[in-house]
Parts: sequence; C-alpha cells; structure tokens
Amino acid sequence: MELPMAGLGTVGEALSRQGVSRRSLLKYGSYLATLMALPAGSGRAIAQALADARRQSVIWLSFQECTGCIESLTRSYSPSVEEMIFNLISLDYQETLQAAAGHAAEAAREAAMEANRGDYVVVVDGSVSTLDNGIYSTAAGRTNLDVLRETARDAKAVIAIGTCASFGGLPAAQPNPTGAVPVTEIITDKPIINVPGCPPMPEVMAGTIAYLVTFGTIPDLDHLNRPKPFFGDTIHDRCYRRPFYEQGKFAKSFDDEGAREGWCLYEVGCKGPTTYNSCATMKWNGGTSFPIQSGHGCLGCSEPNFWDAGSFYSALPTRVGVDDRVLPAALAGGAVLGAGAALAARARKKAALQQQAGAVTGVSATREGSEA
Amino acid sequence: MSMTLLEFARGPALNLSLAIFVLGVVFRLVWLAFLPRAVDRSVARGRAGTVLRSAIGGFVSHMWPAKEYRARTMFSTVTGYVFHFGLAIIILFYAQHILVIEDLTGLKWGGLPTGIITIVSVITLAALLAMLVRRLTNPVLKTISTFTDYWSWFVTTLPVATGLLAMSHMFARYETLLAVHILSVCLLLVSFPFGKLMHAFLVFATRFQTTYFYSRRGSHI
Repeated sequence: MELPMAGLGTVGEALSRQGVSRRSLLKYGSYLATLMALPAGSGRAIAQALADARRQSVIWLSFQECTGCIESLTRSYSPSVEEMIFNLISLDYQETLQAAAGHAAEAAREAAMEANRGDYVVVVDGSVSTLDNGIYSTAAGRTNLDVLRETARDAKAVIAIGTCASFGGLPAAQPNPTGAVPVTEIITDKPIINVPGCPPMPEVMAGTIAYLVTFGTIPDLDHLNRPKPFFGDTIHDRCYRRPFYEQGKFAKSFDDEGAREGWCLYEVGCKGPTTYNSCATMKWNGGTSFPIQSGHGCLGCSEPNFWDAGSFYSALPTRVGVDDRVLPAALAGGAVLGAGAALAARARKKAALQQQAGAVTGVSATREGSEA
Repeated sequence: MSMTLLEFARGPALNLSLAIFVLGVVFRLVWLAFLPRAVDRSVARGRAGTVLRSAIGGFVSHMWPAKEYRARTMFSTVTGYVFHFGLAIIILFYAQHILVIEDLTGLKWGGLPTGIITIVSVITLAALLAMLVRRLTNPVLKTISTFTDYWSWFVTTLPVATGLLAMSHMFARYETLLAVHILSVCLLLVSFPFGKLMHAFLVFATRFQTTYFYSRRGSHI
C-alpha cells in the first residue's frame, strides 16, 4: 500500500494551499519571537524560515496519559495561531487525531520513520510503564516501552509534552503501581526537551515545536530540560498578587476578607514561588486568566513530584510527610530518659554516701579499738 | 522521580530534627529537675517570701549590667539584646514562620510586612557578626572561647543568613534557597539541646538559682 510520505513540500506551500497569507505568517513569526523573547527582527526571520522549511515530520506517541495535553493544544482559545503548528509539521502519527486505525496507523508510523530516518521528531505525552517489562500500558499489542525505544532510535530529538512524559506525573505518584517513569529515564542518547504542565500551555507547546522547526536546534534548556524562554521565571516572580506577599497581606481561607480582596494565596498553599512556568504572563484561554487570578493557588503542575509534595493546600514552609506519633513519642522518650538519668544519679549519690558513712564508721571503730 | 532537596528538607530532615530537638530538650530539663541537690543547711536570713521576692528582683536587675561594669560590658549587652529581640521578631512575626508555628502548635497570630522583617534580619545579622568580631578580638573572650561557642554562633547565624537569601530570591532558585534555609534550621534544632543554646531554657533556672542562693544568705546582688 502506498502511503503519503511525510515532510513533502515546504511550510509556505502548505499554508498558501490553506489560504494563509504571507501577512499572517509574518504575524505568527513575530508572535513566536515575542513569546520567546527573541531579538526584534527575528519574527521576520522565523516567518521566512518557516515558509521555506520542509514540513517537519512528527511522530506523536501517547502513553500513560489522559489526552489533556493534546486537548490543551487543539482546543486553545485562538486556534488560528496554535493550529498553525499543524501546518508547520507533518503529524504522521497521533492516535487521537489521525484518521487511520489499527494496522494502517502503525504502518504510517513505520513509513514516517523510514522516510525521515534521523530527521523526524518524536513527541511523547504520558509516562512510560516499566514494571514487568511495561505490560501495564500497551497499544497495538506492544508495550509503550518497546515502541518508544524503537521510535526514538532514529529520531532527531524527543519532546516530552506534559508533566507525565517530563517527570512521571500522576501515573508515577506513590505507590506508582505501573513503575511509571519519564522519557528521560528511557531515552538517554537523544536531545530531550521537557514541556511540563498538567496540561502545558498551548503557546508553550506550539512555541517549542516551532522553535525546533525554524532553527533546527533545541532552545536553551534549564536543569530540568525545560525551554528557558517559557520556564525561566517562577509564577510568584511574575504574579500580579506579588505586592500583597511583600506587604504580608495573605488570604487565610478561600472565603475570607483577604480572598475577596485578592490578596496573596501563599498561606492557602500556593506553589507559585517554586513553580517555573509562563501562566502568570501568557495566561490561559487567549490571555484571559490563570489559576491564581481565578482565586486558587498554583498547584505547581509543571514541577517534578508535584502530586506527592504534600497537600495542594498546605503552605510551602510547612512540614510534609508528618507522622503525628513522632513528636509525642520524642517528648515521652525524652522524659523517660531524663528521669532515668536523674534516678541513676540519685542512686550513685546514695551509694557514695553509704560508702562514705561506712568508711567513717570503720575509721572511728579502728580509733576506738586502738584507744582500748 | 527522586526526592528534591526541598522535599527532603520539608520532609525527613525537618521531621527528624524536630524529634531530636523535642527529645533532647525534654531529656535535659527532666534530668536537671530531678538530679539530687545538696541541701542548703544554712539558716535563711529573712522570711521565705522576702527571699523569693529578692531573688526575682535580682533576676530582673541582672538584665542590665551594674554601674561598675557598665562601661566595659555595654557593647555586648546592647548587641546581645539587639540580636535576641531580632531573632524573636523574625521567628514570631514573619508570616511564613507563623505558618510553621501554626502547623506545629495550632496557634497563630498576625505577621509583620516582609520589608520590616528584612530590615530586622539585616540588623540581627549585623549584631551577630559584631558579636563574633568581639569574640575574636577581645583577648580574654578569645582565650575562654571554645568550639561550642563558635558552633552556637554558627548554627544561630546560618538560618538568619540563609533566610535573608531565601527572602531576597537572589543567587539561586527560590526552592533551593528555601531548602537550604530549612536545612540550616534543622542543624540549629539538632544542635540546640546539646550545647550552649540550651541557655534559652536554662537561663531562667541558673539565674534564679544564683540570685535565690545569695538572697537566702542576705546578700542582695
């Protein structure tokens, strides 16, 4: 069966076929350049590079995930912008979006791998089950672990979309019954870009993929492999409620005066100070709002272990993993040890006094004896 | 994913060091309270009530140096008060610390703005540094200082310095700074019961004991 080969034609051709004007492409180039804080003028360069670029073959693998990431990308508020990403790439395999099913779908993946060996990009959403050789998550009769290893072998780069693919996510939460791990623990010989978030921001996903297509390289990454343009600042640093934090004005509950006044949500568990993402600046739904603006603290969904790092509603400096029996036991233990040590000292004193008394008696007895 | 530094600090490190702190402090207090004491066989001068009043008076009067010593000890007395009050303000009135106290005891009260806490922290840190400089430059003090003196200073100063850094969000990521700050507090907690820092509890016992001892003999110090 003849399958359509991936990567045919340039992005510009694909866009003009769909009636997207050069002007729109320039606007999108500028938009991407602005998002990633690239120098002025690179918008035009991006647009030109995009127009001339061959469409990037992308194989999108969905593992232990909830489809929230692809929902976030495809149902974004301004589809004319984010959907452009689908014009930049040739999405050769995506279980949710592709028309093909069964053997035809798998054949499309294999054909894309063959046609673009060493040049295709693998996008992964969802964590990888590794326990018992990964049998807890399979598609087309093969484990995710197996498919990932095979597909990534000849890839140019891997983009881990969402917190599950980046850090393990909810499937890796204790007790992690499937042995879920992030992509980085399976693939170690390829450039990996983590785009965490539950889900990630559509602009961040689109921007990262566009950067890869435009420049042919991966953007600057932080120590967790996240693109610095989007994950360089904490939510807290960019939060519009930050002045209240500095003034010591905190909401103590979700329905008190402070909450109504829009004060800082730190005390009700906001993880903004330790969470790196763009929510506070780009905001969601086309720049409408983000969780803190809607009155709820940040969960820290783009950070490793956010699901196991204590309650979403316990403040950052407080203890996690507390066993309520430990401190009373320490108190009782201290009291018993202290009393024991004091009693031992009393016993030693008593013994010493008795010994002294005995010695005195002995001395006087000897004296009496000699006098007699 | 493996545990992050902040998770380690907030979790096992803080929980364990709090347990060691509680166990150590209770152990020492109970031990001292029940140690055998020498019976004072002297005849008390004055009635018991008068002796007690005089002892408390002595306790209070020793909170400020006597006229004869004032010139020599004024610097360390004032600096000492500055950093002790500073520490109290930081620990009791920084909003984030109140959260920790509430988590531990269920008690809470209003905090001070971050700006005020920052100023107090800087003054406290300066006072602590001044105390170290005095210890290192005063020949007598330097001679009688031992490792525990420097260690007590170190574990007290470290949380102030790391706390200031965590507030400033400078030099490293906030989660790292917060973790380092919490770990420095853990170090303070585990050191506390087993060295000179126990004076926070024992100062009341020792000073009262001394003033009571002399008051009983009719010497009002």
